[in-house]
Amino acid sequence: MADPGQSHRTIRLTVNGKGCEADVEDRFSLADFLRQKLDLTGTHLGCEHGVCGACTVLVDGEAIRGCLMLAVQADGRNVQTVEGLAADDGSLNELQQAFMNCHGLQCGFCTPGILMTMTAFLKDHPAPSEEDIRVALSGNICRCTGYETIVQAALDAARALRGAASS
Amino acid sequence: MLASLENARLLAGGQSLMPMMNMRYVLPDNVIDLNAVQELAGIDIGAEEIRIGAMTRQRALLQSDELATVAPIFREALNFVGHLQTRNRGTVGGSLAHMDPAAELMGLAMLMDARIGLSGSSGPREVSIADYPLGYMTPCIEPDEILTHVRFNRWPSGHGYDFQEFAQRHGDFAIVGAGALLTLDANGIVDRIAIALIGVDDAPIRLDDAETLLVGAPPSDKLICEAAALASGRPMMQDALVSEAYRQHLATVLVRRSLRRAVDCTKRLGHG
Repeated sequence: MADPGQSHRTIRLTVNGKGCEADVEDRFSLADFLRQKLDLTGTHLGCEHGVCGACTVLVDGEAIRGCLMLAVQADGRNVQTVEGLAADDGSLNELQQAFMNCHGLQCGFCTPGILMTMTAFLKDHPAPSEEDIRVALSGNICRCTGYETIVQAALDAARALRGAASS
Repeated sequence: MLASLENARLLAGGQSLMPMMNMRYVLPDNVIDLNAVQELAGIDIGAEEIRIGAMTRQRALLQSDELATVAPIFREALNFVGHLQTRNRGTVGGSLAHMDPAAELMGLAMLMDARIGLSGSSGPREVSIADYPLGYMTPCIEPDEILTHVRFNRWPSGHGYDFQEFAQRHGDFAIVGAGALLTLDANGIVDRIAIALIGVDDAPIRLDDAETLLVGAPPSDKLICEAAALASGRPMMQDALVSEAYRQHLATVLVRRSLRRAVDCTKRLGHG
């Protein structure tokens, strides 16, 4: 079997609005790349086999599982992580603010994945019902909250975003 | 490439292969990424058939309004395929090539008598869905072949349809799933029907005995129940969590519900 470390290539991608270039092993997952190469440890590894959603990031605006994509596949793409949600001055965006207001997190381990899922979902569905949100969240597992406050936060965020859009 | 590389695997959406690699169930020396091969993606809706390229994302099937108009069962079934994150990467071809017993796309293929397109060093060929599965998670794809597309026959406008499944959590693998398609003639008699189950065997099964019972008859609730009961006579998988008897019971219930909904919906939509 070939030495696993031998195959690598240079990738160029945009992460949270900033261009970056890196030499990565072909076998490196996108999640591991973000965490280890770019020090963006907000993206979490829960199960590493695609069921828990803690590693969810946006690639070209779509929510995907960072543990199931190779870093080399992100070449030329636009990646957004939880670190990119707040403004440059650190102020929270509407979604983050809603999660804070509604106590939509406890340990916070699942939270980045949920925020990224909701960022993409609310963009496509600005006026979701509670049921719509619960279905959209079915790919993110939370052990702490029982989901009620997460759903409430998402509904509040949707309201806030609609308000911001119409003003 | 496939023919010349040792221990190579094709990477489509990665939603099944990557978990297996992460868990070291699969240890390829080479991974061939199909994601740049644009020609393999696309939904082509013709007068008689629907051709879907292997690299078409599951999300695209869900979002296609044209597909939802001509074959509404796709949208119903695709809502059960994984989660929104996995549908953004997962592909039609990947699901068919992986051949999980609970794969909804395999269920649709079986339900609609699909033909699977393959291509390798001996050239392109098509296989009927009935001939496609060889065994547990083993389709008849040669080592040097890739799955290129799948073709489904269209059902007439106004046909009744339903797809449903039972899983412990939304997005989990179905324990059992049922799909039904049917048309009624001007007198309300069933003139064409297809019923399939997923999650019960290596590959989806058609309930041909139930279909035979219903064809040429008015779909009374009594007959629907009789037809659904035939599902419990089929041998089904069992595993650590779910017994064969549980699956047989679940299958009967789901087929009954599916048939009722398919009949209701064709009556609502009008037939012919």
